[in-house]
Amino acid sequence: MNDFQPKIIAYVCNWCTYLGADLAGTNRLEYPANVRIVRLPCTGRIDFNLIVKAFERGADAVLVSGCHPGDCHYTAGNYHARRRWILFRELLETLGIDTRRVHFSWISAAEGKKWQQMITGITEQTRELGPYTAYREICQEC
Amino acid sequence: MLDELRQTCRRLLKDGTVQAVIGYGRPSPDDRVVPVFLTKPEEADRLAWDDQCFANLTKYLSRKEVLTLGKRAVCVKGCDERALLVLEKESQIDRSQIVVIGLACDGVGQPRLAKCSSCDVHAPRRADIVIGRATMPDDVATAAGRYAEIEEFLTKTPEERMAYWKKELSRCIKCYACRQVCPMCYCRQCIVDKNRPVSISTSATLKGNFAWQIARAFHLTGRCVGCDECTRACPAGIDLRLLNLSLAKAAEETLGFRAGIDPDKEPIIGTYSQQDHEEFIQ
Repeated sequence: MNDFQPKIIAYVCNWCTYLGADLAGTNRLEYPANVRIVRLPCTGRIDFNLIVKAFERGADAVLVSGCHPGDCHYTAGNYHARRRWILFRELLETLGIDTRRVHFSWISAAEGKKWQQMITGITEQTRELGPYTAYREICQEC
Repeated sequence: MLDELRQTCRRLLKDGTVQAVIGYGRPSPDDRVVPVFLTKPEEADRLAWDDQCFANLTKYLSRKEVLTLGKRAVCVKGCDERALLVLEKESQIDRSQIVVIGLACDGVGQPRLAKCSSCDVHAPRRADIVIGRATMPDDVATAAGRYAEIEEFLTKTPEERMAYWKKELSRCIKCYACRQVCPMCYCRQCIVDKNRPVSISTSATLKGNFAWQIARAFHLTGRCVGCDECTRACPAGIDLRLLNLSLAKAAEETLGFRAGIDPDKEPIIGTYSQQDHEEFIQ
């Protein structure tokens, strides 16, 4: 039994995924306590620096989640974000940062179940992958 | 070609079309080429043009000291000219206040710079005046040629890539020459200079160097025109070109966009399409 407890940072949007996570709570849906939720106004606000920062501070995986396309509270924040992630992932690849540890999803306010499955899935996958030491080491050599 | 360049600049300054010319020059014949700023017609003989004219002079157009000179003419190679289009799209320059002198170029450097081998803009296309004629053909350059270096780099494993950047970025001294020389880095206050809160560690440690180079490269997404001035300016000899290339490749392959090529296309960051692919989003 692998008893490693990964640290997962979830950057979520205030209007959809945060409410989805809230719904999972009120429905008493159980999911691993490995996730730390950071609530932001919109996925369009989620700066790539935040993803880098999470890994600097010792995250083993990062989830970025927001409203489904067409559902953005600010009309198009998630479309802007999607385009940035398409490109940002390529930069992560080039730098050799493990893209299996960066997750993106759309979870609406009604999808408490999806939130539960997502977090369970990411936790299990990250547990398999083990601690993300590669980027942490960079930061500790200072 | 040099005579033609000097004559043109002399004429522009004499008849008052422009008040200043930004060009290449050598302080003395043995010196390396530096940017020169001419304000009098008789100074036109200071201009130089050969394969050592590396600098992307569009960087100087929006400098405060240069803005006060009045209407300006700027000498650009085909690759530098792409920067003008991006700056214009981003409302950083007023094209009506600038006369663009295009210099046909067959490549710079001995041996030629990496960017020159896949160049498809030997002759400037949108310049007001084009001087000289390029002998190299534009149509032989292909996307495969443009991205050959990054394609090769990506055949390494992620661990090897990380090890490579760890080795390279450990030499970075955070002098920010890459930013200072970049025509696209015009922010009055750069994100690394913001200290409330500090989002990118300012010390020249691996942590800060990674965060800085990630931020620098990503802020240039869809904007970098591949003039490679950052790589040339880097005193530590870090191949920053690779990072820029990876994003340029992603922009061309996924969104069909190359910065500074097509004046009818909008910048890719700041716009979106409902058709953008999202197979990586769960």
